[in-house]
Amino acid sequence: MALTREQLAQRVAQEFQDGYYVNLGIGIPTLAANYIPGGMQVMLQSENGLLGMGPFPLDEEVDPDLINAGKQTVTMIEGASLFSSAESFAMIRGGHVDLTVLGAFEVDCQGNIASYMIPGKLIKGMGGAMDLVAGADNIIVTMTHASKSGQSKLLSECTLPLTGKGCIKRVLTDLALMDIEGGKFILRERAPGVTIEEIVGLTEGALIVPDDVPEMVF
Amino acid sequence: MSGFDKVVTSYEEAMAGLEDNMTVIAGGFGLCGIPENLIKEIKRRGTKGLTVASNNAGVDGAGLGLLLEDKQIKKMIASYVGENALFEAQMMSGELEVALTPQGTLAEKMRAGGAGIPAFYTATGYGTPVGEGKEVREFNGKQYILEEALCGDFAIAKAWKADCYGNLVFRKTARNFNPMAITAGKIAVVEVEEIVEVGQLDPDEIHLPGIYVNRLIKGTFEKTIEQRTVRSA
Repeated sequence: MALTREQLAQRVAQEFQDGYYVNLGIGIPTLAANYIPGGMQVMLQSENGLLGMGPFPLDEEVDPDLINAGKQTVTMIEGASLFSSAESFAMIRGGHVDLTVLGAFEVDCQGNIASYMIPGKLIKGMGGAMDLVAGADNIIVTMTHASKSGQSKLLSECTLPLTGKGCIKRVLTDLALMDIEGGKFILRERAPGVTIEEIVGLTEGALIVPDDVPEMVF
Repeated sequence: MSGFDKVVTSYEEAMAGLEDNMTVIAGGFGLCGIPENLIKEIKRRGTKGLTVASNNAGVDGAGLGLLLEDKQIKKMIASYVGENALFEAQMMSGELEVALTPQGTLAEKMRAGGAGIPAFYTATGYGTPVGEGKEVREFNGKQYILEEALCGDFAIAKAWKADCYGNLVFRKTARNFNPMAITAGKIAVVEVEEIVEVGQLDPDEIHLPGIYVNRLIKGTFEKTIEQRTVRSA
């Protein structure tokens, strides 16, 4: 079975380490904050100028001056800090954020990512995504493996305008966890009940299948 | 205004000198920390042909979205312009020119503009449409593109508290682009919720010194929330 949104978030959370500063993109990445393992300290960075983002506020705590990068009202944890957008992106470009998780439309086996624009259809802008992919070393892209009509989104070459070039090394889809090395995808884990044949069939870019590809464990 | 006193008492005075075809740099992230009354004053003045640099372009009926209603903006420099039907319509019809700029690059362009740095290299946007036509240079085996600084004829911004010398304190994530926007404006106009006597702010707690501020006005704010998300107790 393909992973649910919650399972994707859970698998992302398995990448967290104690003491990590993490930037989570809008959507599934944000959900990963719900699965931070007990006893582990992870601090969430929101690129609009907050380090130490907490959960959504209670109704009476809502503060229009305290939002996340998705413009949602949030709270701060104890030990949080606030800063300008320039400072925020200094952290990001300067490589101070330990893990970045964001979504994409397409990723290719050269490590290119397309996530911000579908020409003629969707023109909203890249927000902070280009800075995040250019600045971070440790990035996980979360996405569906293929479109609803079965078109692979893991390609030999992205077809959409790029958000970043040669910067993606790890992709988590609803079917598989893959690394990107030397111009090829490498299958590391598969979703429970999903066959290697199914993943191969839906991966257009060059794919290496090691002898042992374990199922994800939740 | 006299000496270091930057306080003006009317929005008309705050935006005096704004003319057609000028460049305005605006603080704010979404509708958080936007200079909402200064935007309304620009609407009232009917200034046209503006180039506006701001992370977002407001939403329909709020923030910079108000300036789209009378087609006052000619060119928008922003990182994210979703959630705005009027913006999309004017962009698609070609009435509105848009320079999509990565968020961190936009913040740094403003910072550099205010700091006398004409341009800087960044890895952000290399190999993407943003990097097209820009100088590429390799440092330590990695590719960077040259981005130019951004300055405005005016900056419009919002802070939380100020003293009448224009020393500023921001509040929570309403800080965002405001400090850099202010530094990048030839005439920097800031509206605040409270103006205190000189000496009332702890010099160690000031986020932006008054040297960058030309005009200061006390306003009242609607603080529209774009996405009210709550958890249950």
